[in-house]
Amino acid sequence: MIVDPLYDPGDPLPPLPGHSSRGRLERVLRSGKFAVTAELNPPDSADPREVFERALVLSEVCDAINATDASGANTHMSSVGICSLLTRAGYAVIMQISCRDRNRIAIQGDVLGAAAMGVSNILCLTGDGVQAGDQPGAKPVFDLDSTSLLETIRTMRDEKRFLSGRKITVPPAVLLGAAANPFAPPYDYRPIHLGKKVAAGAQFIQTQYCYDIPLLERFMARVRDLDLHKKCFILVGVGPLASAKTARWMRTNVPGVHIPDQVIARLEGAQKQKLEGKNLCIELIQQIREIEGVAGVHVMAYRQEELVSDVISASGIMKNRQPRPQARRPAKERIA
Amino acid sequence: MTRHALTADRTATRARGRLEAVLRRGDFALTAETSPPDAGAPAPVLARGGCLKGLADAVNVTDGAGARAHMSALAAAALLARDGIEPVLQFTMRDRNRLALQGDILGAAALGIPNILCLHGDDVATGDQPEAKPVYDIDSRELMRTARRMRDEGTFPSGRPIEPRPALFIGAADRPTDPKPGWKPDALLAKIDAGADFVQTQYCFDMDLLRRYLARLADHGVLERLFVIVGIGPIASAKSARWMNENLFGVQIPEEIVRRLDGARDQQAEGRRICVELLQELSEIDGVGGAHLMAPRQEEAIAEVIADSGLLSRRSAA
Amino acid sequence: MGMYAVRLWSVRHSRLLESFYQGFERIIVRLDPLWKRIGYERLEQPVAAVERQVKGLLFDCQMCGQCALSSTGMSCPMNCPKNLRNGPCGGVRANGHCEVKPEMKCVWVKAWEGSQQMLEGKAILDVQKPVDNTLKGHSSWLRVAREKAGARAQPEGRAS
Ligand code: SF4
Repeated sequence: MIVDPLYDPGDPLPPLPGHSSRGRLERVLRSGKFAVTAELNPPDSADPREVFERALVLSEVCDAINATDASGANTHMSSVGICSLLTRAGYAVIMQISCRDRNRIAIQGDVLGAAAMGVSNILCLTGDGVQAGDQPGAKPVFDLDSTSLLETIRTMRDEKRFLSGRKITVPPAVLLGAAANPFAPPYDYRPIHLGKKVAAGAQFIQTQYCYDIPLLERFMARVRDLDLHKKCFILVGVGPLASAKTARWMRTNVPGVHIPDQVIARLEGAQKQKLEGKNLCIELIQQIREIEGVAGVHVMAYRQEELVSDVISASGIMKNRQPRPQARRPAKERIA
Repeated sequence: MTRHALTADRTATRARGRLEAVLRRGDFALTAETSPPDAGAPAPVLARGGCLKGLADAVNVTDGAGARAHMSALAAAALLARDGIEPVLQFTMRDRNRLALQGDILGAAALGIPNILCLHGDDVATGDQPEAKPVYDIDSRELMRTARRMRDEGTFPSGRPIEPRPALFIGAADRPTDPKPGWKPDALLAKIDAGADFVQTQYCFDMDLLRRYLARLADHGVLERLFVIVGIGPIASAKSARWMNENLFGVQIPEEIVRRLDGARDQQAEGRRICVELLQELSEIDGVGGAHLMAPRQEEAIAEVIADSGLLSRRSAA
Repeated sequence: MGMYAVRLWSVRHSRLLESFYQGFERIIVRLDPLWKRIGYERLEQPVAAVERQVKGLLFDCQMCGQCALSSTGMSCPMNCPKNLRNGPCGGVRANGHCEVKPEMKCVWVKAWEGSQQMLEGKAILDVQKPVDNTLKGHSSWLRVAREKAGARAQPEGRAS
């Protein structure tokens, strides 16, 4: 086993008054620290060690790890599966649930299952269309949408009942998250849409990749006008671009990704494109940090996990953080 | 005790679960059923299913039974597996499309769940959320084909590779019927072609009917190609026996069993006694791979029946 | 004019259609006693057929049976390939077209435009409940008539 069973970044923790979850992410956010989350690339494998190896690199530099749910409509190990493995080893995870592949019966079951496995954070997503993946013939489900999904889980947590009204004996103690994309039209509706998600139960937000600071600033200004930054924690998505070619590919093939031409030109003009991409990412993080109302960053480094730790340390955002307390008890005991 | 042609190992390379090992050895397998709780905590799962530890070779975990939401089968199965109880993870086609199903199969394998059972699923109209959208992207046979491909070829249906592959023992559901002249087990043969390694049947309390059914399966070579695990269970009372006859599709509890329950002072105890007797009888029938014990929310009753049957102590040394 | 063009026309004239519908709704709610006498069940099929024709022409209506047009700028959310009823997904293209069907304008880009011309455009802020799939194919008009008339009958009570 690669992971020392005693290595325990700490979920779930003893409950605190006023907190929805027993997770570390909520504590970090509520304490006003600049939070860092990172996305784990799910393996195409039935081997748990691959999950642990990938998580270990990330966990050292972030507060919680996102487990994606067949993003890009390509199936990999399911997010419930990944989370079940990671929580066992004590990792703080954010389980992503998309509305594309499951109806409300399955989703409500997965929420309870996740909570039972020790998942403290759930991110509610619409999900990319099936046309984006390698099985375009799959049936898109979309029984719920991300907003009604938020409301559903909030009902389960706060009112201890399923959508049908049936009682839940132990409600899922989870912090609820939603996605936002300030970089896609209709731009002036986006902050309002965010408000709607907050009204439906979103407590934290992770945005799509940000490569356009002026656009983000405009969005955040509206968010502040609406006072939304006080009602939810906004984590802005960032990620290093490997080259101008990748950037172009992402822009055309990954739904909802907006990369301005200047960014591509800058990469193209660089001697070492990969290094330039990394530096660009660090700069973006530093600029994002200065924007009022931003509570953290969400790092997505598709196929470049090895860069995540560099990018985060170089950006200095974790500098004043206490080193994480190491576990004294085995992870298993905490979950059970 | 029967010896199958199947006991010859087909896939020596992959890790095998206890259920598969027991069946291939030719021992009489015992599976049970548990349904996940309506809770977001692990303790209730073990509170229900924990009593089966060491008794059942594998425990089926139902997936949204009765078209109602409960804790997901995958999570409940993972919790059982962690506690040393081998699960049979049930998948219905009602709530997930192929992307979700494939992802869950990989997740299951990584979590140490070796068996899956592919089912159609109760209609959403029968549950408490009839307004939910039924998915049925693929049917249960297609899921078996997909699972087999993931296991044997190490690829998703799109051809994308999976490394390492999931080790899976693939199951389907079946319903014993009194075979009319000329009847052929077409559905079962199709399931075998799709990849079924075993079937678990609906309740069958009529041993004569079962013998006729199995004889016909044998005629068509079914029994050499798949393990048949026969559904049975402790009936709580004569009243519930009658209810089962009326409400469970394809279930016919013989009149003599109902009468015996009716005449008993302690109907529940009598139900268990009948179940023990049937279990023992089943274990002597040629072509039966094992018994699948079902009793909704009465896992202890199942545990008791297995212990009382003495079947575990009669096993060949592992 | 193709169906798609009519649909875009309807969103452009959302204000007009809104006023028209408000009047129409008032009438059908007031006629509740008549509907009751004939029997809502008996009316279901013929009314649903008319509704399908009219709204099909104007909005490419998919007859979900729980019309949301008043909260979606007269742009039918069931034409969104993801059936989103609370706002756009994150995949909207830079030109405002749909992620899934690039030849189509995003239903929610249109919805936002339409809602801004409407008197009750703020309804786009309401969180919509999940779709009740059992209502598919049923008349939304009759449902509104029955529910609103019912709510009026008991001043304290709420619809549904
Ligand atoms: S782009 Fe608009 S119409 Fe297309 S799926 Fe997303 S929300 Fe629906």
